[in-house]
Amino acid sequence: MKKQEMASIEQRTQAVRDALLEQGLVTASDLDTFAHMPEDWKPENGAAVVARAWTDPDFRRRLLADATAACAELGYKGPQGEYIVALEDTPAQHNVIVCTQCSCTAWPVLGLPPDWYKSPEYRARVVREPRRVLKEMGLDLSPDIGVRVWETSAETRYMVIPLRPAGTEGFSEEALAALVSREALIGVAMASEPA
Amino acid sequence: MDGIHDLGGMQGFGEISMESEEPTFHEPWQATAFALMFASQVVVRSHNVDEYRHSIERMNPAHYLQADYYERVLTGTASLLVEKGHLSAEDLSARAGGAFPLSRPVAPSPMADLSPQLEPRFSVGDRVRVLTISPAGHVRAPKFCRGCVGTVLHRAPKFGFPDVAAHGGTRRKEHTYHVEFASQDLWPGEGSSKDSVVVDLWDSYLEAVNR
Repeated sequence: MKKQEMASIEQRTQAVRDALLEQGLVTASDLDTFAHMPEDWKPENGAAVVARAWTDPDFRRRLLADATAACAELGYKGPQGEYIVALEDTPAQHNVIVCTQCSCTAWPVLGLPPDWYKSPEYRARVVREPRRVLKEMGLDLSPDIGVRVWETSAETRYMVIPLRPAGTEGFSEEALAALVSREALIGVAMASEPA
Repeated sequence: MDGIHDLGGMQGFGEISMESEEPTFHEPWQATAFALMFASQVVVRSHNVDEYRHSIERMNPAHYLQADYYERVLTGTASLLVEKGHLSAEDLSARAGGAFPLSRPVAPSPMADLSPQLEPRFSVGDRVRVLTISPAGHVRAPKFCRGCVGTVLHRAPKFGFPDVAAHGGTRRKEHTYHVEFASQDLWPGEGSSKDSVVVDLWDSYLEAVNR
């Protein structure tokens, strides 16, 4: 007997959706709500947290002591943000985040993770050869800087506080936040230099 | 399980490709798959997040590696909806108009025999070793750190122990610890002496190391 050909992913997704709806186990409105929920979770949230930490020493202290509460002060909380820990880069130590076994991420402050973060390539390699991976991704670290790779194997969700770039004295929080990309919040890039 | 999902340290993978200005979802079906994953857990209450993670781990390894992330999300979700009796595999396949690959079944004895650790046994600075367990079911101690010795950097709050949450039995919560391993202890002869990997590990995955 010939093996049946695999249905397309669009058809398979539609099949699960239709079957759940027909049985009344979910409503179209439930699915619509959940499909749009990720719009509130974005790296701009994490960038705003970093900019606040760079400009407000009291907030920075609160963020390092209890990032869940500090992020909530700015309104960032929700699923996959139940226990957030902020990792502050120093001139001697760089931090980078991964989830080798699935793709856990602090959704409220980083957003749903990008494809590269979920790729087998990143998950397999960054724990074992972080410097080579970072260099390929455009971040060439000096051998003097230590690299700490944080594996998201339990319920802690991490965010990186990158080093504040030189030449940004007097910048507004908004201008500072614009320098912090999702990649910087994960630790595969530095905050951008001001233009 | 020592499955394809436990990728940390596996060799043979190539360059990481990045996309600038990547959207949250590239295709509408991906948003639907995400919504179905969420709704199955919080509206249908078919299964919990630990069962869900394990259902993805149980995918055929070749399918796992080739599938888009949201294809894994859909496959894991659909597999559990079928296993829990909400949907039928035949109906899904008929609706989809072709084969609908689902995850392989849960192993007969999925859990390691670990003593519950309801009180925290370790403090910051303690040296700990990860047990060399290889249960056939869900476990969140990655292979690359099993048997290795590290130092506790931080004690996190208690969280549900994933192995039992995924496989039934008496639910319990245990503290997790951020344990730092020197990279060269994990992969001797490689990397920099300045580098380390910090793994978030439940109490009962660990044992004390006497100094």
